[in-house]
Amino acid sequence: MVDIVPAVTARKHTAHLTWEVLLTVILAGSLALGRLLSSVFLQTDNLSNILLDITEISLMALPMTFIIVTGEIDLSVASVLGASSALMGVLWHMGLPMPLVMVLVVVGGAMAGALNGWLVVRLELPSLAVTIGTLALFRGIAYVLLGDQAVADFPASYTAFGMNTLGATFIPQPFAIVIVGAALFGIVLHATPFGRSLYAIGANSSAARFSGIDVGKAKLRLFVLSGLVSAIAGIIFTLRFTSARGDNGEGFELAVIAAVLFGGVSIFGGRGSLYGVLLSLLIVGVLRNALTLVDVSSETLTIVTGLLLLSSVLIPNLVAGWRARRDKRLVAARR
Amino acid sequence: MRNTLRAAAAATCVGLLFGLVSAAGAAGIKEGLKVAFVPKQINNPYEVTADNGGLSAIKEFKGDGKVVGPSDAGASSQVQYINTLTTQRVDAIVIAANDPNALVPYLKRAMARGIKVVTFDSDTAPAGRQIFVNQTNAENIGRAQIQLAASMMGNEGEFAILSATPNATNQNTWIGWMKEELKKPEYAKMKLVKIAYGNDDDQQSFVETQGLLQAYPNLKAIIAPTSVGIAAAARYISSSTSKGKVVVTGLGTPNQMREFVKNGTVKAFQLWDPGQLGYLAAYAAANLASGAISGKPGETFSAGKLGTRTIGKDGEVILGPPQTFNAGNIDQFNF
Repeated sequence: MVDIVPAVTARKHTAHLTWEVLLTVILAGSLALGRLLSSVFLQTDNLSNILLDITEISLMALPMTFIIVTGEIDLSVASVLGASSALMGVLWHMGLPMPLVMVLVVVGGAMAGALNGWLVVRLELPSLAVTIGTLALFRGIAYVLLGDQAVADFPASYTAFGMNTLGATFIPQPFAIVIVGAALFGIVLHATPFGRSLYAIGANSSAARFSGIDVGKAKLRLFVLSGLVSAIAGIIFTLRFTSARGDNGEGFELAVIAAVLFGGVSIFGGRGSLYGVLLSLLIVGVLRNALTLVDVSSETLTIVTGLLLLSSVLIPNLVAGWRARRDKRLVAARR
Repeated sequence: MRNTLRAAAAATCVGLLFGLVSAAGAAGIKEGLKVAFVPKQINNPYEVTADNGGLSAIKEFKGDGKVVGPSDAGASSQVQYINTLTTQRVDAIVIAANDPNALVPYLKRAMARGIKVVTFDSDTAPAGRQIFVNQTNAENIGRAQIQLAASMMGNEGEFAILSATPNATNQNTWIGWMKEELKKPEYAKMKLVKIAYGNDDDQQSFVETQGLLQAYPNLKAIIAPTSVGIAAAARYISSSTSKGKVVVTGLGTPNQMREFVKNGTVKAFQLWDPGQLGYLAAYAAANLASGAISGKPGETFSAGKLGTRTIGKDGEVILGPPQTFNAGNIDQFNF
């Protein structure tokens, strides 16, 4: 009772950690549910499918976590994916060799990200407005590049990458990129000064600036990174479906942002961890797969996803409110 | 000479053998086959009609049918369902493909696991399926459109075609067959005066209709082999003085044309019946899954009330001439 005030601050620090514990429990529950619902759920084929289905969304969620931690948002990721896919088709049809095509596509993605970053940082426009605009712009470019055509004659040696697993494991080859990416992003976010500066920016941008952090430069980097990673996701998506199309990945931005928020990253910035986001991606993947296996309709799945997202916003708020009231009572009792 | 005779005899024998095999196959559908329909998008009235046709066929041969699919018609949205069905080891997948290429690697994997794959309504590349059940072929459509228009024009007078875009492949092929049909002597008094293009745009098709009526005061009929064109033409004519004098026909859907049929603007128009399409596809799938056929050109199978069908080039099975809709039957259709 005596040390009540420090106890309150300590609890604030562990707030997202407890959310991650909850997510771990939910993931275990989802896996158990899947096993309960379907006897084929734990087959390696099926586990492979779960990971494959969340590959592109997981990739794009990595830089998105960084961006949302700084209090910004990038709604254009799925459009960059689509435009990258279309660009890939066009460049391949121009007869360029595949490695060069992929390099150019990634450069294009980074440039798209740089445009977002420039508008947000240099012109000081809100990222929500900027990236709603570029969401439409990049999707439009995708349609201009390919129209309603599809390019599907990519070499089999490349498209096989989308279907094969890593050696004898059930891990799909494209998902290996997610694993490597998650490790890199995790280290940068949680174990480097740059990563820690992102939390400072998200918590209080002006304070971060006064303490010597180059806020603009950091944000610009993040948007470039987001464009670049979305382009990689576009390449993977194209190879995985052997089809470059302008409408590839339409609507994925919402799935990405939903996963990041459900992972415990605060939409107001400054809070959250990559671990939580990875857990949330797996939960969404596992639940969707388990429910699909027992033929739950896709509309119902959409409702489940919506409820998950809502609960991720509501529960921390309710818990925080409940704690605030309890602490107030405790403090009052102490007086 | 003797060789030819011998060859002919051999051919007859082979033909008889085929007949016997197929006769055995006709009754040879196994009971309890698990057949899954994957529409382009669930809750689309056209797709629902097709799937219901399939389910009624599955009930006839005492199979276990279900419909699963995405709520959006994205290129890759069906893949998750294909993978789930593969994991579930259904006996056959009947799918209306959202993309000719994106699904192929996943359908191939399903086939490698012993699942039979039939596409209907919209095909994948031939490598992705064993049989494609096509609505009808271009010749059937072209000829049937002229026959229908002629019957309403009394086989004489001027008529025009309101098409989609000047380079629309489907429409141009159909128009080619219309011209072919027109060469028959019974149409000697019919004259095609103009092919107008509404670009599959409602407004423009409306304006083109107006233009046709002004330019050709003796016009007796407009054939619009595009659902956008026929609806726009019917809307213009229904509010003009030409109502009842100028025949409007073509290809459209019952839901879209119902009001114009009821108010007398349109006497009859055509399209295929998606319900029968689904019905035929289900029988094709069941015959494949029972081992009665393997999908090779020349094989025949029994398709319930649709009789015996033959597999054509590239594993294609054709439903037949288009269905004519008129005031008498339009209310039996909802798509």
